Amino acid sequence: MAEYQNIFTRVQAYAPAYAGIPLATGNKEREGPPIHVHWIGKLGDAQIGPIYLGWLGLASAICMFICIEIIGLNMLASVNWNPIQFVRQLPWLGLEPPPPSMGLKLFPPLNQGGWWLMAGFFMTSSVLLWWVRMYRRARALGMGTHIAWAFAAAIWLMLVLGFIRPLLMGSWGEAVPFGIFPHLDWTAAFSIRYGNLFYNPFHMLSIAFLYGATLLFAMHGATILAVSRFGGEREIEQIVDRGTASERAALFWRWTMGFNATMESIHRWSWWFAVLCPLVGGIGILLTGTVVDNWYLWAVKHHVAPVYPAVFAPVIDPATLQGVKP
Amino acid sequence: MMRIIHTGAALLATAMLLAGCERPPVDTVQRGYRGTGMDQVYNPRTLAAQAPSNAMPVDTPMVPPGGPAAATTFKNVKVVGDLGVGEFTRLMVSMTAWVAPDQGCTYCHKAGEDFSSDSLYTKVVARRMLQMTRHINTDWKTHVAETGVTCYTCHRGKNVPDNVWFTPPVDTHAAGMVGSHAGQNSPAPSVAFASLPYDPFTPFLDTPVVSPNEIRVIGATPLATGNRRSVKQTEFTYGLMMHMSKSLGVNCTYCHNTRSFAEWDTSTPQRATAWYGIRMARDLNTAYLDPLAGTFPANRLGPTGDVPKLNCATCHQGAFKPMYGASLLKTHPELAGVRASVAAPADAASAAPAAPAEVSATDAVLLFAVGSPALSDEASKQLEPLIVALKANPAAKITVSGYHSASGTLAQNQELAKQRAFAVRDAVKAAGIAEDRVVLEKPQQAEANLSGEDPKARRVELAVK
Repeated sequence: MAEYQNIFTRVQAYAPAYAGIPLATGNKEREGPPIHVHWIGKLGDAQIGPIYLGWLGLASAICMFICIEIIGLNMLASVNWNPIQFVRQLPWLGLEPPPPSMGLKLFPPLNQGGWWLMAGFFMTSSVLLWWVRMYRRARALGMGTHIAWAFAAAIWLMLVLGFIRPLLMGSWGEAVPFGIFPHLDWTAAFSIRYGNLFYNPFHMLSIAFLYGATLLFAMHGATILAVSRFGGEREIEQIVDRGTASERAALFWRWTMGFNATMESIHRWSWWFAVLCPLVGGIGILLTGTVVDNWYLWAVKHHVAPVYPAVFAPVIDPATLQGVKP
Repeated sequence: MMRIIHTGAALLATAMLLAGCERPPVDTVQRGYRGTGMDQVYNPRTLAAQAPSNAMPVDTPMVPPGGPAAATTFKNVKVVGDLGVGEFTRLMVSMTAWVAPDQGCTYCHKAGEDFSSDSLYTKVVARRMLQMTRHINTDWKTHVAETGVTCYTCHRGKNVPDNVWFTPPVDTHAAGMVGSHAGQNSPAPSVAFASLPYDPFTPFLDTPVVSPNEIRVIGATPLATGNRRSVKQTEFTYGLMMHMSKSLGVNCTYCHNTRSFAEWDTSTPQRATAWYGIRMARDLNTAYLDPLAGTFPANRLGPTGDVPKLNCATCHQGAFKPMYGASLLKTHPELAGVRASVAAPADAASAAPAAPAEVSATDAVLLFAVGSPALSDEASKQLEPLIVALKANPAAKITVSGYHSASGTLAQNQELAKQRAFAVRDAVKAAGIAEDRVVLEKPQQAEANLSGEDPKARRVELAVK
């Protein structure tokens, strides 16, 4: 039994390197001799390479390197270039966007958000270049472009948070800082400022798709592992030629919950749940501050937030009382 | 063997992940409507560790007032000159024990000089602090109620209170090209080790009022109607709130509702008390502490040459009320500018037997002893006119509402308030009134910030309608 519950690949087939399918004319060939690494094979395919980097991949990698250097060196400078303090304080360190007083100024002083704008520019460039690379590699292999569009959903949320919403609000200061705790504290402050984001219906949908996607992935992953003793991991082949593994997997869900996805539809379900999570989340963020200022009051107005019995004697805002000391 | 290594590695990784967590069990206390997450979380071990520092000090017995006034007997007595010599001396002895137990009188009065000499800065500061204490106890009852404060509330036997704050020095990187902290992103204890702005005190607690609502960032309308408060500004408010939460050892829900931080009508009574607390800290810092900048020697000043200032932690020191609400002011009324009346302490206690009950034929307020649901003789007497009224008008009903104080656990208090209401109902029934004419209302909490000692909180209100 334990044989099938291991988190690592237990059996590795040693075979000559797979060169890949021939590409259409005009496509650059993949480079470098492939190598095999046994330890990598524990996690995925043991073969590494040949690699296709191309101009898009190269440009993307350079942009990401510049972005990380800007953020990292700013963090290192903020602890007086002390590497030990850099490691100790790393979760707290950050790079802040320009203060709100600067509005949408294109070239704020470097140390007051200028670095942040540059880091953001290079990060965005890197991500967009990588998206084009993904799209073009999928096309070169004759694949559909589902992966690129799923990635685009995540890019949408990133752009809303760091670019589109700040533009609409008229201030870079509305954007997310770089840094581990800084961006988490920003998230909490964002929810506080706009009257509790949990009352944002798009946030609710986003959470539903997030949890839904993990649930679907858990169900699917578990199903495939459970039938791997019958060759269930060869699921792509079984989409067209149902073998005993696929039959059992389907039967299992039909028995336990009366309905089962197919080898093909389960992936469509998962893809949509995953894509809709950042898609609707981005809509929710975009509406916050631009259209809705207080999601709790919005929910009260539209009868989303229920009324609970009062437990405490009514409390009056002291600021509204006459003759109160300020 | 590999399995053991793997298991060991997994256990080690788990232990490292959990290293920053508090170990269970923790106590949770529900204090709002069920299912709304209105819970207070307490770590009993943290509370136990805190308890000794919040214990009441040994106090000297009160002395009868009278005798010649201190101002005429001693020279240069500017604040408490109205006290009798006995009271004055007791206060000086108490202040020594509270603030300078190791140094004694010479901490403020220079050895070899007359007691009236102001040559030590400590004496000048102490005089100003006496004025501040009286100011708090008389003008800030909205925050300190009748519990009040004394020197001990902050000092706890130390020359300088443990929790004072200074304006941090300007970030040296801000002026340069790279590495600005932007006033945050540093593991700062002032904001409970969040990466929030680490000095929310200078703008909020040490600035003469800029706008009465500058701490409020949340919009008051559902849709955007011009509230330009930024997320960065919110982080300052958030930082101040983290400080308050940590200073009082409570969660956000001690004051706020889980659903909306902004709404007052769903907040707890403690929020109003805290509101006054913020204004009080601001008043004290700007009016009493900042002006002492020229008085303190350099070694007492902060990195920017500012005086040590106070915030919530200075008094609270981790407790929801300093010293858990115990009042040292009761035996030191002179610190509230009130002369003690201890001429006949025994009489005072017996002269206030049941507090005067407001009796009429249609309503009454019955008072109860601490923790007891038993009806006193006094309360039974108060019931009589109501029984008469009920018998006179067979259509009338009597409403019984039990109240309890805001101190202690809610569940226990509500149960007590209920038992008190039951006791009244039983007494009414025993007098021959049908049970269906007695309307019981659910337990209610008395007004905000009543100290536990207030006998009026422990009451049952009756109304004949």
